[in-house]
Amino acid sequence: MAPVAPRSGDAIFANIEHVNAELFTLTYGAIVRQLLTDLEEVDEVNKQLDQMGYNIGIRLIDEFLAKSNVSSCVDFRETAEVIAKVGLKMFIGVTASVTNWNAEGTCCSIVLEDNPLVDFVELPDTYQGLHYCNILSGVIRGALDMVSMKAEVTWLRDALRGDDVFELQVKLLKQVPEEYPYKDDE
Amino acid sequence: MIGVGKVKQYGNVLDKPLNKGKTEVSLSAFAFLFSELVQYNQTQVDNIGELERRLEDAGYAVGARVLELLCHRDKGNRRETRLLGILSFVHSTVWKVLFGKVADSLEKGTEHEDEYMISEKELLVNKFISIPKDMGTFNCGAFVAGIVRGVLDGAGFPAVVTAHFVPMEGQQRPRTTILIKFAEEVLLREARLG
Repeated sequence: MAPVAPRSGDAIFANIEHVNAELFTLTYGAIVRQLLTDLEEVDEVNKQLDQMGYNIGIRLIDEFLAKSNVSSCVDFRETAEVIAKVGLKMFIGVTASVTNWNAEGTCCSIVLEDNPLVDFVELPDTYQGLHYCNILSGVIRGALDMVSMKAEVTWLRDALRGDDVFELQVKLLKQVPEEYPYKDDE
Repeated sequence: MIGVGKVKQYGNVLDKPLNKGKTEVSLSAFAFLFSELVQYNQTQVDNIGELERRLEDAGYAVGARVLELLCHRDKGNRRETRLLGILSFVHSTVWKVLFGKVADSLEKGTEHEDEYMISEKELLVNKFISIPKDMGTFNCGAFVAGIVRGVLDGAGFPAVVTAHFVPMEGQQRPRTTILIKFAEEVLLREARLG
């Protein structure tokens, strides 16, 4: 059977079930508010959001691979393109762009112009250290972890803090080859 | 530089124009997010009652904001003053905006004057959730109950709202009923208004 060509993000997004973005936005806001009330420290909240994102990412990658029919990415460049154009589009309906590649091709920036997570949100002065969308960085980190790529994801620009776009820096730390839990010759 | 200044910067978030509310995200993104909410709260509590209360509180915040948003955008800043008015607002408008369809049914309770029930065959939030036996009657619909309570409270109709599973014959999954019990003052006011 001929391999099925990967579908574009728009095509997949059109075919899956949708839910109102405002419900999504408001639920995320409720989560962040609960975390701030419980944990109080902004750094703790950032870490917790990243951890929650990681938990989501390790499950999300399965659904992503199943629905999008992408073949294995040849190199990290392709991975980043796929995340930005297909992955983000498929789940939250935004198309991001990939820029700022470094010389070795292991570090790039994913730029999101609009972001449904931050509709209606304004950061008060006391919480300026909060990375409101930190769940996204956790999701990307978790998803890459499950496909054997250890990455570090950090925020470069944050529209809630006065920049004009959201910019995530994704740095590939190493590719972990898959280990089999058994030996073939035993 | 091309592209600079494409997004106008607003000094205050309240100055930004409200979008029409037609943007959508994938159901799985919401499902993942909701599952993380439930999982996080499970680590913070010791018993099921607490867990339901926390989910309800999260929903309450959503409900309060949904009321403001919808009143401004869809109803032209007119507010409901009658009981049936606010109930049909919740049952139709709020449900349509949040879940894409009106609720399955709205009924008045037979035993008590102050009870009303909104029923749904399968709540959107419960779609990918199964409750283990040792959690008894816990229902993640407590989140939706919180949303309803937030809307009613904000509109001036204080009530106690809970979510219950109602097993239906012939169906594998039980129906979910949101039970709304209005406070005394609401009924007195309603009687006065005639």
